[in-house]
Amino acid sequence: MKFKTWVKSGDPWIWMIGGALGISLIMVVGLLSLIAVRGFAHFWPSPLVLTTATLEDGSLTQILGEVAEQETLPAQRIREAGGDVPEDAVLATRYLFKIGNREINSRDFVWHLESALSEWTYPEEAVVLERRKGGNFYGFPVRLQYDGELVAEGDVLWPELQSMISSKAELAEQIQRIEDQEIGRINKGLEELRLIERGLDYNNVVGSERSEAMAELDARRAELDADYEVLRQERNRLQQEARRGVLVLRTANDENVSVAVVDIIKASRNNAMGLGGKLAFYGGNIKDFLTGFPREANTEGGIFPAIFGTVTMVLIMSVLVTPFGVLAAIYLREYATQGPVLKAIRVSVYNLAGVPSIVFGVFGLGFFVYLMGGSIDALFFPERLPAPTFGTPGLFWASLTLALLTLPVVIVSTEEGLARIPRTIREGSLALGATKWETLWKVVIPLSAPAMMTGLILAVARAAGEVAPLMLVGVVKLAPSLPVDGEFPYVHLERKIMHLGFHIYDVGFQSPNVEAARPLVYATALTLVVLILILNLTAISIRNRLREKYRSQGD
Amino acid sequence: MDDSAVNSDPRPSHLPSADAMARRRRRRYLADGAARWMVRAGGGGVVIALTLIFVYLFSEVLPLMRGASIESTTTLESSELGEDTGVYLGLERYGEIGMRYTLSGELQYFRLGDGAMLETVDLNLADGVTITSIGNGEPRSRLVAFGLSDGRAMVIRHQSQLTFPSEGVREIVPAPEFPLGRDPVVVDDAGRALTAVAVQQARDDTGVAALTEDGDLTLVRYRVRTALLTGEQEIQRQQWPVPAHDQPVIHLQLSANLWNLIGADAAGNLVYWDIARPNNAVLRDTAVAVRPGEQITDLEYLNGTFSAVVGTSQGRLSQWFLVRDESEDAGDNVFYLARAREFRRHPGAITDIRPEYNRKGFVAVDDQGHLGIHYGTSSRTLALESIADEALVAVTVSPVNNQVMAETASGELKVLGIWNEHPEASLGAFWNQVWYEGRSNPEYVWQASSGSDSFEPKYSMVPLTVGTLKAAFFAMLFAMPLAIAGAIYTAYFMAPQIRGYVKPTIEVMEALPTVILGFLAGLWLAPFLEDHLPVVFTTLVGLPLSFLVIAFAYAQLPRAWRVRVPAGWEAVILMPIIGLVVWTLVSISPMIEIAFFDGSMRQWFTDVGITYDQRNALVVGIAMGFAVIPTIFSIAEDAVFTVPKHLTQGSLALGATRWQTVTRVVLLTASPGIFSAVMIGFGRAVGETMIVLMATGNSPVLNFNIFEGMRTLSANIAVELPETAVNSTHFRILFMAGLVLFAMTFLVNTIAEIVRQRLRARYSNL
Repeated sequence: MKFKTWVKSGDPWIWMIGGALGISLIMVVGLLSLIAVRGFAHFWPSPLVLTTATLEDGSLTQILGEVAEQETLPAQRIREAGGDVPEDAVLATRYLFKIGNREINSRDFVWHLESALSEWTYPEEAVVLERRKGGNFYGFPVRLQYDGELVAEGDVLWPELQSMISSKAELAEQIQRIEDQEIGRINKGLEELRLIERGLDYNNVVGSERSEAMAELDARRAELDADYEVLRQERNRLQQEARRGVLVLRTANDENVSVAVVDIIKASRNNAMGLGGKLAFYGGNIKDFLTGFPREANTEGGIFPAIFGTVTMVLIMSVLVTPFGVLAAIYLREYATQGPVLKAIRVSVYNLAGVPSIVFGVFGLGFFVYLMGGSIDALFFPERLPAPTFGTPGLFWASLTLALLTLPVVIVSTEEGLARIPRTIREGSLALGATKWETLWKVVIPLSAPAMMTGLILAVARAAGEVAPLMLVGVVKLAPSLPVDGEFPYVHLERKIMHLGFHIYDVGFQSPNVEAARPLVYATALTLVVLILILNLTAISIRNRLREKYRSQGD
Repeated sequence: MDDSAVNSDPRPSHLPSADAMARRRRRRYLADGAARWMVRAGGGGVVIALTLIFVYLFSEVLPLMRGASIESTTTLESSELGEDTGVYLGLERYGEIGMRYTLSGELQYFRLGDGAMLETVDLNLADGVTITSIGNGEPRSRLVAFGLSDGRAMVIRHQSQLTFPSEGVREIVPAPEFPLGRDPVVVDDAGRALTAVAVQQARDDTGVAALTEDGDLTLVRYRVRTALLTGEQEIQRQQWPVPAHDQPVIHLQLSANLWNLIGADAAGNLVYWDIARPNNAVLRDTAVAVRPGEQITDLEYLNGTFSAVVGTSQGRLSQWFLVRDESEDAGDNVFYLARAREFRRHPGAITDIRPEYNRKGFVAVDDQGHLGIHYGTSSRTLALESIADEALVAVTVSPVNNQVMAETASGELKVLGIWNEHPEASLGAFWNQVWYEGRSNPEYVWQASSGSDSFEPKYSMVPLTVGTLKAAFFAMLFAMPLAIAGAIYTAYFMAPQIRGYVKPTIEVMEALPTVILGFLAGLWLAPFLEDHLPVVFTTLVGLPLSFLVIAFAYAQLPRAWRVRVPAGWEAVILMPIIGLVVWTLVSISPMIEIAFFDGSMRQWFTDVGITYDQRNALVVGIAMGFAVIPTIFSIAEDAVFTVPKHLTQGSLALGATRWQTVTRVVLLTASPGIFSAVMIGFGRAVGETMIVLMATGNSPVLNFNIFEGMRTLSANIAVELPETAVNSTHFRILFMAGLVLFAMTFLVNTIAEIVRQRLRARYSNL
């Protein structure tokens, strides 16, 4: 085909706009794969590299660690930044090594040029320790000690180490339980006594009544103090026992370092693991990530509180939004007088879905938190003032704000569901003598239940991903406790929560150590994306099935 | 069964009796009625709750528009306070006691409620020594200096203290202090009378500047040293002469760092001395501050001592700054006087000006009995009212800005309760260029808070609005071509089998939380673009070129091959090409940088003079464009898809190619739908918070440079609202930003929806 004819036929334009669509599709696929690859890679045990690096001043240092990143740049850039690149090189590659060992190294991530590194080896005895405090440790185990005495070294070292790690982990758990639950219980009791005393002041109780009450309070306080003493002794004893086991390691630079075994969460010889071992380790990492608690200012550990907080908030939000959304949709479609006013109302409700979420956050902060929360505090919790109980961002206000935000989504979806039900079904029910309410309750609503469910799922998906309003009304970087626990009233609506979306923002941008936090951000983002995809694809499939079902019925 | 003989009916009925039926029917109708009311209440309640948002936001913003109002007036006869006129007044924050300095050298503390005297502090002047002048420092320092006829000065601080004499009872007691000792300190060695005096408290020193009766100016700095062991206080004194001015200076004011001295002379000039190096003090600048025939009647520094207010005998008030001289031949740190603004003119001559303690406002009284409440930054006169029938001689304002006390010429004290919460807010302060203290010209700046009380909050909405529009513009620039082109292709040219995969993919794109887009933009895309800057430009040219090349090559393939692939698969064929081309361009990017840009395009930008931030509008445009594409796509696709088929078929039947049909028939018909899609996308782009928060530098700069960051209204709210004082001006301005976003998106969406309804009506007519 000749060029000019071809151009005139409009074919090139069709290809161009096809390419435009292709770009959008590639972007989506690329984004999802980027998150998936980097997110899943976070859990895979990476090989430990041992190499020698030549520093700028010419000295040599041994590097033992994982390769975190790799870059190929024009050599000029690196020369300008002060790096030493051979003169004839045009491009230069450099590697980011995670070398951990924060008690020895000033930085736990270092860049080294490929030209400055010697050959890479992967020693089988190299060990990486995942620790409770202080980040990872990379080294070669030398010997295991208990109370200063040698317990194992050489070939027996590894199995002995693993068994000691698990026994110390049990001790650590016991200590944790004493601190969190038992001592926490005592603290709560003391706080309650303090509030009772403030209540006496507030209600102006004086005289003999007051001295009686004070005597009782003092007696209870003494009891609690005695209990605390016992627990404190027990905890100190356990802590001492826990610290008796010590692992001595040799770093790549031949320094000996002692690490208390109780501080070790996991020890792994990444280079010595076979495929089965790596897969098992991988699965273990994923499980720990989803069920564990964050450590080291959210740069390590798990995201369980974030998942839990998101789920709790979304549940409370659903409880709030479903009845009101359905009620409003029924009102708009069935009970309100149709006319221009109702059309205006309907258009307004739909448009609220397009209002920026930050506006809802602003409204939530001003109206719910300060106005309503402040009044609740003044009425029901005056003795705790000036420390706010409900007059501060918290779980309930976050759920309420998100319920308001997602209300239009539920209303739209439910209305669409109600509209699809053919008039014939309604008229048939009325003809058989049912009242309007009975028709609604027994015929229409069950038939549109899938549409309501779709609306609810879409609302939940949106709530799981919205972060902007939550920054203002109740989500924090690190919540001290979960909103649901064993003490009455079991669900604490005034507590602050963590949220998956906010966790991504916080770990990515407000973290003290960005390099360490980055893989965690990808992993959390992966979790969030998987969650949202599942929810949305479920909603889409329900909706498509619904359309098919009613297309045949309505036609 | 056996009872059938008893029952006379041949067929027993299993239905309930008539009574039961009637009862049941009543119950059912009651239930129906109850349900109707409940649903009405619930549904109506929801609609009302949604309008509550707008109403609440509006109510929080409304107080910004109020000016100042005088809520209450009390008059105190000062009979208990003696016959002397007050020359300087003071108030404390709880509004319980007042302070008053008289010309005979007394400091009086009295109760505001009834005027009862609480304490009198006498200066205990020596015989023959009279008071010749009075000067004051910043309101926060509560310093007043009396210049004496023997060349000394008495420095007093009218402090008050909070005590709790018994449980739950709070009492304010007078606590006057003498920072330089109970005896007057020597200012002029030669013992000449001081005709004008100024005092100021710097961090370690107290500075006093004075004009002697024969026209010499002198600056003295006192430092109080307390001996560690004995607790004795020793005052160290250093004195320097200041170059004299040819006219006698009437008012003097010292700045808080003791580097600047300003004065007003009898001829109406404002004079400025640079005393930063006291042994090398220089008379830097004089400026005419009045019109012919006017005199300067008062001169006061505002809070922070960066600017001064001049009051004249004809009731004019003007604010003057010390502006840095930026010309080529000026030295370092050379300042000159500049008149920044004027306020509403008083009906009478200004008699006293008093600045606020913690804001850039001031109160002024004149000799016709008027009180004016003014604010510097927003150039507002919040109130100008008559409060007395005679001249007012002195005024003061409370540290928490809720009280004003003024003294009339006949000795009456008027105590006024005022409401003046938001003087910083004015239409001009938000939307015009404002000349802020210390700057050389008026500018648009957003800088809402800083660490100190003497900071001037800068509330211009212009940088934020421009930032919002800039982000939205670049997002739409990226999204519109891709989305609309994609929509037309999907609706019109695409093979039906693929549409089942494309639409859910686009819906997934819409469902992605913006947090994820934002963090990828900030943590991955921004560094990537900075390291591979040529990719931006090469893909812009390379991708369309590669499409055309592939298209031409495909057209050259033999017909037999082309027929194998059904029509409408262009997008799928191009997808791997796109991946390949982009990968290639990224790989050769370092080569391009080395060949053309000396190894670093980023550095080349800086060398050429283009500012480049790592997180900039380009990154935001791509990320936010990604977020907006599905919105525009779904509505536009819907509009194009539902164009009545007979139009297309007619056009094709008349011999037009498919492309001609699309451009000349389909697009024109569906254009309202596409327009509404673009509007809704724009509304979404304007309101987006998380992407902007994470992918820009969040600095409120004012330009349209694609390689620099910005701060938008929504990100500003998210960052600043958790940290503002509740119900402060800043708080309400953020609510106003929220209200503006709400109204703007609501309006845009409503217009788009109306357009879409019209389109649907039009389609059903065709």
